[in-house]
Amino acid sequence: MRYAYFPGCSYHGTGKEYEASTHAVARKLGMELVTIPDWSCCGATASHGKSHLLNIALPARSLAIAEGMGIGEVTTGCAACYQQLAHANKRMTENEEIRNKVNKITGKEYKGTLKVKSLVEAIGIVDPEDIKAQIVKPLTGLKVAAYYGCLLVRPPEITGFDDPENPMFMDNMMKLAGAEALDWAHKTECCGASLGVSNLDIAVRLINKILQAAIEKGADCMVVACPFCHLNLDYHQKSVNKQLGTNYDIPVFYFTELLGLAMGISPDELGLKTHFTETQKIMNQFG
Amino acid sequence: METINVSESITKNADFITEIGIESGQPVQKCYQCGKCTAGCPVAFAMDYPPQQVIRMVQLGMKDELLKSNTIWICASCSTCSTRCPCNVEIAHVMESLRIKAGKAGAAPAGKAKYVEVMYDALLGTVEKYGRTYEVGLVMQNNLKSGKLFNGADMGLPMFQRGKLQLMPPKVQGAAEVARIFAEVRKMEGGVK
Repeated sequence: MRYAYFPGCSYHGTGKEYEASTHAVARKLGMELVTIPDWSCCGATASHGKSHLLNIALPARSLAIAEGMGIGEVTTGCAACYQQLAHANKRMTENEEIRNKVNKITGKEYKGTLKVKSLVEAIGIVDPEDIKAQIVKPLTGLKVAAYYGCLLVRPPEITGFDDPENPMFMDNMMKLAGAEALDWAHKTECCGASLGVSNLDIAVRLINKILQAAIEKGADCMVVACPFCHLNLDYHQKSVNKQLGTNYDIPVFYFTELLGLAMGISPDELGLKTHFTETQKIMNQFG
Repeated sequence: METINVSESITKNADFITEIGIESGQPVQKCYQCGKCTAGCPVAFAMDYPPQQVIRMVQLGMKDELLKSNTIWICASCSTCSTRCPCNVEIAHVMESLRIKAGKAGAAPAGKAKYVEVMYDALLGTVEKYGRTYEVGLVMQNNLKSGKLFNGADMGLPMFQRGKLQLMPPKVQGAAEVARIFAEVRKMEGGVK
C-alpha cells in the first residue's frame, strides 16, 4: 500500500496528534505515506464560499504535483482536505472544460488520473486480519463513540464510500482494536466546523448535542477523523461548559491514536498528552 | 415576509434564476417543498430563512432578499440537506452559489453573516501570502476585521503550552504559484477579494 500523502495545514499545529499517530499506525501496517512535495492549502472551509474556480484550483495544484509522483492514489487525514481534494478531482476528471481552465490557472497540468481516499477509507480497507495481527494491547471494555461528522461521508456523489447516514468504517476499526463501538445517533451530525471561529455561539449548540448524545450512550471517549472536529469537540468542551453551564470532560481522540495505543505504540509518540480533555485515565488503563 | 407579486419577481429576475441554476449545477426547479432539508439542518435555528424557503425563493427570483439574508452565510456546508433531498438538489451547492454572488455584490449583512465572510478572507489572505493556512495570522486578521479583538484569545496560552501554536508562518517553495492562482482567478472572474 503506497499513497501520495497530503498532510493539511493543521499538521504541525492544532492537528499535530493526528499527524504523529497517522505515521505511527501507517508504519505498523506497512502503509507507505509519501508526502506530496511542496503541497499547498486546499482552500479549507473558505474558498468554496468565495469562488467556484478558486475552490477547484487551490487543491488542483497539489493534485497536479501528486500525479507527477506516479503513485496513483492520494490520501489525507483531514476530512476538510479530503473533501476539497476529492471534489476538485471529481470536477476535473468529469469535465474537460473545467480541467483545462483550472490547469491554466494553476500553470500545472493535471490529467485527472488520481484516486483520492480519506485516511479512514485507506486504513478501513486494510485486511482486518492484518490489523488484528498488530493489536497487542486490546482496548477491552472501552466504550467508544465514533464520530464521522460531515465531510468524510457527504455528499455521497463526492465521497462515494461508506454509508452517509450510518457509516461503520471507524466503528469496525475500534472493534478490531478490542473496544466496544457504540451504536449512537449523532455520528454524522455537524460540529459547526469553522463556525467555531466565526460564530462560536452557534457552534457550541451543535457541539453540545453531539457530546450529550455520546455521553448518554455511556461513551468513555470519542474518536474523530478531522482536526477541525477535534478542535471543536476537544478544545471547545470548555466553551460549551462556559456558555451553556454544562460540565463535560470526555476524552476525544483521533481514531489513529486509539488504534496506535492498541498496537502498543507509546502515548508520547501518538500525542496523547497534548489534548485539552482528560486523557490520563485511558492512558493509565491501556498505555 | 411582505407580499410579493410572484409573476413580476420571476420575470424581473429571470437571469438570476438561470444563473443560480447554472452556477450551482442544480435542478432547483425540481424542489416541491417537502422540507426534509430544513428538518435535518443543524443550523436552521440561526438562519433568517430555512433551507427549503431559500430554494423556493430562488424559484421565485427573490434576488434581493436572498443576497441580503444571513442564511447563505450561516450554512456550514455540511451537506445533510443535499444527501437527503428526494429531488437530488445539492442544496449546499445552491447556498454556495448564492454566497459567492452576495460576496461579489458586497452584500453580507452585519453580524453573524459578516463574521463568516471575515473568516473566509482572513484564512484565504494567509493562503495567498504563504501558500498554506497560517493559524496564528488567521486568528489575528479575523479578530481585527470582525472587531471581536479577544475572540479565541484564551486559546493562545493553552495551545502554546501544548506545542500547537505555530508562531512563524509556514514556508512553501511554491508560495508564488499559489498567489498566481488567486491572481488568475481574479483576472477571469473579477471581483474576488
